[in-house]
Amino acid sequence: MITVENLTKRFARKTAIESVSFQVEKGEILGFLGPNGAGKTTTMRIITGFMPASDGTVRVDGFDVFENPIDVRRRIGYLPENPPLYLEMTVVGYLRFVAKIKGVPKEKIDLEIQRVMERASITDVADRIIAKLSKGYKQRVGLAQALIGDPPVLILDEPTIGLDPKQIHEVRELIKNLAGNHTVVLSTHILPEVEQTCHRVVIIDRGKIVAVDTPQNLRFQLQGAERVFMEIQGPAPEITSKLKAMPGVIDVHTVGSNDGRHRFQIEGELKKDIRSDLARAVVQNGWGLYELQSVTMSLEDIFLKLTTAEERE
Amino acid sequence: MRNILAIIERELRAYFISPVAYVVLTIFVFLSGLFFRSILAQVLQMGLMSQLQAQQLGPRAMDMPGMITRGFLSTMSVILLFVMPMLTMGLFSEEKKRGTIELLLTAPLTDLQVVLGKFFAGVTFFLILLLTTWIPTGFLYLYSSPASGPILTAYLGLLLYGLALIAIGLFISTLTENQIIAAVLSFGTIMVLWLVDVLANNADSTTGKAVLTYLSIISHLDDFMKGVLSTSHIIFYMSLMLVALFLTYRSIDSLRWRG
Repeated sequence: MITVENLTKRFARKTAIESVSFQVEKGEILGFLGPNGAGKTTTMRIITGFMPASDGTVRVDGFDVFENPIDVRRRIGYLPENPPLYLEMTVVGYLRFVAKIKGVPKEKIDLEIQRVMERASITDVADRIIAKLSKGYKQRVGLAQALIGDPPVLILDEPTIGLDPKQIHEVRELIKNLAGNHTVVLSTHILPEVEQTCHRVVIIDRGKIVAVDTPQNLRFQLQGAERVFMEIQGPAPEITSKLKAMPGVIDVHTVGSNDGRHRFQIEGELKKDIRSDLARAVVQNGWGLYELQSVTMSLEDIFLKLTTAEERE
Repeated sequence: MRNILAIIERELRAYFISPVAYVVLTIFVFLSGLFFRSILAQVLQMGLMSQLQAQQLGPRAMDMPGMITRGFLSTMSVILLFVMPMLTMGLFSEEKKRGTIELLLTAPLTDLQVVLGKFFAGVTFFLILLLTTWIPTGFLYLYSSPASGPILTAYLGLLLYGLALIAIGLFISTLTENQIIAAVLSFGTIMVLWLVDVLANNADSTTGKAVLTYLSIISHLDDFMKGVLSTSHIIFYMSLMLVALFLTYRSIDSLRWRG
């Protein structure tokens, strides 16, 4: 449903994300996990078409974000990190405005507003002024806004931030119920959140993807599996097959390429350091080695930076 | 089209929910009434004088209603200089400050639709302001029979002038998150476009003088006030408006790049 390829965003002073690639399948909930400032919001803003990328492509349901921005935006409901609320409006008035700019047919607007308010459990504050609502309600009004028009893709930037534990639970249940009919990408810096809601996790740190896996596998990795990231210049298929044939290597995936340099994710047998063997193989074959990194190590670093303190229900 | 209307409607609601609309309307109506009264008094005095002169020099034709409307509608351009920045200051700056710009720019709307929606919201409020000036003008029609031609051209001139000011203010409100800064910058910019007229009077070379006079936002209003309809003036205001709208459009694009 969403294909992100080699996405790079450079700002005047810093590169926010570099060669980010991942895919989201239809009906899946993908968690975007990373410490603050890792590039989660930037990636989401590019997917929603708020911001153009410096390099790379994003396709949503087959449409390119840069070439067919309107087609893409029609398919996306987006909740930015700060819910985009017009504080002086009532909840209903606000949702009606959103329905109009999203092109919901006139005769369906009232029904649609009713539907999303029930979904986000905000029916009881329908006629209140948004400015007077509590933070939890405001967040849910923002969520209701994203649901208007029933878009197949939902991009939610930190949807549970600032909510109390009961509201967090409600929002997570709501997101889980959305899966299947909707493809959801949500970002968070809270580790247990992805374990509870997401089918798959992309871990991003300082603008680069460091791991893509299911929450279960990530947990398993933390317990000692070996994974190595390599950036190699050379023919990708040959590299993959040769590395795969090496002793101690379980699997090799390509996770992106840039200027003829390919990034690989190599799974190794437990408690076996294959890094020097890999380096030797690259040199012997005459490829160029640009990066070699043991991910298990850096994953631990990243996980340490993440908030893990959240109480379990 | 429906999208643009939705933006206009929301913006107008926002004007009338906040005190801005009422303050602007009150001040505008009060000031225009005050100016009308003083211009009326002046013209009446001139009429009295000319009557005295007529006893010695013989009767002379004098278009008193015309003088009143011309004077009154010319002063409107001064009041608008102060009022317009208040109408446009929040159009984009507030959206930037609150983050709602992210909603507009990720909705299935083109940037042009967003810019036009905002622009016409300002224009609609401006039309309401212009409408209030029909209170004093209406009294003129009630008690005298002014020539309608010059009044219509004067209104057309004010309308074009107002559209240009709104477009300039709209562009400036994309540059900042702060309404006050947007208002002051708009006011300053419009003031500079006014003052080139003064500079023109002091210019040495005739070409320099001609160029500066052409650039002055106010020199082009004179002919409209006199009842003269000239394409060059219409083109001036329209191009000023289009340039400012284009800059607004580009500014939104650059906002996207910078995030």
